[in-house]
This record gives sequence, structure tokens and C-alpha cells, in this order.
Amino acid sequence: MTKFTQELVNGLTQGGLYALVALGYSMVYGVLKLLNFAHGDLYMVGAFVGYFVLQWFGGPTALAVPVPIVLLAMFLLAGGGVGALGVAIERFAYRPLRDAPRIAPLITALGVSFLLENTMLLLFGASYRDYNTSAFISFSTGIHIGALNIDIVRIMVIVLSVALMIGLRLLVSRTQLGRQMRAVASDREAAEMLGINVDYTISATFFLGSALAGIAGVMAGLVFNQIYTLMGFIIGLKAFTAAVVGGIGSIPGAMLGGFLIGIAEAFITGYVSSTYTNLIVFGILIAFMILRPSGLLGRVQLQKV
Amino acid sequence: MATAANRPAGVNGLLKLDEITTYYGQMRILEAISLEVGSGELVCLLGGNASGKSTTLKTVLGIVRPRSGRVLLAGEDVTSWPVPQRIANGIAIVPENRRLFGDMTVRENLELGAVLGDGGTFAEDLGRVHELFPRLHERRNQLAGTLSGGEQQMVAMGRALMSRPRLLLMDEPSMGLSPALVQQNFRIIKEVHESGVSVLMVEQNATMALSIADRGYVLSTGQIVLEGPAPELLKSEDLKRAYLGR
Repeated sequence: MTKFTQELVNGLTQGGLYALVALGYSMVYGVLKLLNFAHGDLYMVGAFVGYFVLQWFGGPTALAVPVPIVLLAMFLLAGGGVGALGVAIERFAYRPLRDAPRIAPLITALGVSFLLENTMLLLFGASYRDYNTSAFISFSTGIHIGALNIDIVRIMVIVLSVALMIGLRLLVSRTQLGRQMRAVASDREAAEMLGINVDYTISATFFLGSALAGIAGVMAGLVFNQIYTLMGFIIGLKAFTAAVVGGIGSIPGAMLGGFLIGIAEAFITGYVSSTYTNLIVFGILIAFMILRPSGLLGRVQLQKV
Repeated sequence: MATAANRPAGVNGLLKLDEITTYYGQMRILEAISLEVGSGELVCLLGGNASGKSTTLKTVLGIVRPRSGRVLLAGEDVTSWPVPQRIANGIAIVPENRRLFGDMTVRENLELGAVLGDGGTFAEDLGRVHELFPRLHERRNQLAGTLSGGEQQMVAMGRALMSRPRLLLMDEPSMGLSPALVQQNFRIIKEVHESGVSVLMVEQNATMALSIADRGYVLSTGQIVLEGPAPELLKSEDLKRAYLGR
């Protein structure tokens, strides 16, 4: 039972990260019908922003200010910075191709992915960097019952990712910006005919989606410690899988898919073998694409004419 | 053929298109179109498929930019204005096929019609729309895509009216509706018009449109081939000829 709970917590932690990244995938797909393959790399950039903010405050072993302030600064700067980067990518790489055939922005997205990875490689090298979280957050705080260990960082990651998802859900369902985002996703020209500023709405969507990926990158650094310039590639694919499983374009779907994939991975790793984790996860992707391409919560669109 | 002299005297132009020429790429869609909608008028723009009717409406709204010519709203040159600015100055459209946001509620669709407002008059505007279409109040939390065709048309009308237009553009209001619903729909358009909104309506159903319109224009392959008061056009042999092709 302890092992089960432990794996469940691991799954929820990883799943929260997948869900945050999958949300950006799904939101961008919603408004542009574009699979933004550069999205995983935004997560990597976020991890690096968090790392450098940590160094700027004196580094993990010699922090100049209280830990909560450092964490807040890491999350805010990674979220804001990566959000702004996402807006710039849309403005300069995707907007000029908005009326082009869909394959053109798709290939451009792959190009942006390579550009981000290699720019970061050029700037910061190929070596792993270490958040060294245990030097400033004691892993002995948290929930410890017998052999079960749920450290404070994992609790924070799970709570924060759920809180961000609830916040996003409220924004999309309750606010005027959220309605505009849904309107643009559902029929861009009709939205334009009502006077909705389509460019602004798409920029806002990129900002939100990218900011979530940036924050997820910081969380990954805190939980797993090691960060490197190619860390966005595999999570990009996993988050894409999560978005497809949940139903691409659907926000609750991305959340559900993220947690399902994270938990599935943890149980496969814990009870079967980590060797088979990726095999099974991408097997799930293929199975969904064949058997249920609209995903668990995606709806088949019916149009009345 | 009717000429400008047939136009009722004293029409003060709320909307005026002056020699509008529009291209889609290399293809000329509109050729030197000039037309006018007076304050308080209901004007219909008739013509067959691909005659440029929808493009004319999109040019008025600003979705399509003309290559040459001017769009005047209440005497002001709005040719270079973006869509939101035109809507804020009193133009609204009920698009062809309604184009509702089907997976959003009736209420949300109406809220999106007021997207440019500051919210100050929202309750009042919503009240006015609900008064005109009580059905929309009953169905406010239902997804727009699940409504009947007639109800969807009401949502599309209500959504356009939320921005308090002076000029309502209607693109093919009879399309896809049963004859009974077309009748009902035209009654509603007439009612909205009588409440003081000027209307420019594009329609294929010429007899129906002319029965409620003050004046009409007939488009054929991007040119205005006929214009005049509605009663005269209804009797006109030229209208039949223009429709059936010369």
C-alpha cells in the first residue's frame, strides 16, 4: 500500500507537469489549429530562467533572501519571461503564416524548436546544471508515515499545478478574455465580425500557455534537480500525448490527460520496469490516434446548417 | 432602368459606398459599386450566386478592404477604419449561416456581441434583446448549437443588436430556414427596422426581401445593374431579366 501511494504521488507530481505543458499545447491548437512543437522547449527555457534567478539570489547554498521570496521570484520571472517569449514566437514565426497551408506553420514550429534548443546550447553549453534543491529546502519537511515519504517540494508542485489549472479554467469559462479565446478557437472570422481583436486574443493565448510551460520548467528543476538544454524534447512529446489522450483543444482534457499519463508512467516504472515506460506511453498515443482520435473529452463537432 | 432620380427625396446617407472596387487576389469581385442607405431605411441588395453581395457587406464592415473607392458612415470616411472601430460607431452584422459559437451558451453568444462595450449598458441591452426574443431568455444557459434553426437566427440577431447598431447588415437571412421560419424572420427584421435601426440586407429571395424593403439594388457579377424603390422593382421586368442573366 505504501508503495502504491508513493507511486501515486510520483505520478501526480509528474502528471501535474505534463498537464501544465499539455494545456499550452491544447490552447494553441485551439486558437490556431497548430501543433506548436516548440512548446516543450519553452518548458526548458523556464527551467533555465528559474535556475539563473536562483543563482542571482546567491545560489542554493547561500541565499540572500528568504526561500519563499526566491521561489516566488523564480516562478514569476519564468512565467512572465517565457510567456513573453511565446508571444514573440507567435508574432514573428507564426503570424506571417496564419493564412498559409497548415503544413507551413507546423514545419516552422519544428524550426523554432531547433532554434530554441541550439541557442540555449550555444549560450549555456551542453552540461547539466543542478538546482540543488535540498540545499535550501529541507526534504525532511512534508508528510512522512513509515516508509511513505511525500516531501514538501512534491506537495508544492501538486498544489501549485492544480491551483494554476483551476485559475486557468475560471479565466477561460468566466472572463471576457476567456470567452474571446473560445470564440476565436471556434470561428475566427465570426469573432472578427463581432469586433473581437483576434491578434490580441491569440497573443494572450500564447502568453498564458507559454507561462504555464515556463512555471512547469521551474517545478521540474525543483523536483528533479537536473536541467539541460534538450530537456524540453521528451516532455513536449509526452505533453502532446497527454493532450491527444484528453482531447486536443479541450482544456479539461489536457489536465486529465496530463495526470493520466503521469500516473501511468509512475506505475509502469514502479511495478513493471522503467525500460518499458516510453514504449507503453507512446503505445497509448498510437492507440488513441487509431481508436479515439477525439480523445477522452474531445467532442466530435457537429455543425447545423 | 431606375436612376438616382427615382430615389426618395431627402434621404440623408447613413451609409454611402462610393465607387467601390474590390479584388480577391487577381479576381475582381466588385466593380465601381455605389450605393446608399438612408437613415431609417431598409435597403436590400439582390443578386444571384457569386454576384458580390456578401463581399459588399464585408466591405462595409471592414473585413474586406476595397482596392479603390470610399466607404462613408454618416458622412465620415471610414474606408481605412478597422472592424472594431466601425462596430463601435454603429455597424453590426448578422452573418450568412448565422455563424454562432455552437459550444457556447446563448448568454455567452450575446455577451460576445457586446465585446466592445464598456459594460455600462450591458444589462439594458440584454433586456432589450430578451424583450424582442423572450425565447432567448428561456434558453439563456443552453448551448447555442443545440437550438433549432429559428432560435439560432434569433441568437444571431440578438448578438448583433447587443452593440446598439445604427446600421444592421443582414447576410442572407432566409438561408437554411423553412418557409414558415423565413416569414417569422422577416417579421423580426421589419420589427427591428421599425424600432429605428437602418438595415442593409443581402438576399436571394427577391420577392420576400422587396416586400419589406424601402429600396433595392440588384447586383450582377460585381456591378449594380438595377436600382429603385421596392414596389417598382417588384413589378420590374428588368429584375427578372437581371436574375435570370441577360
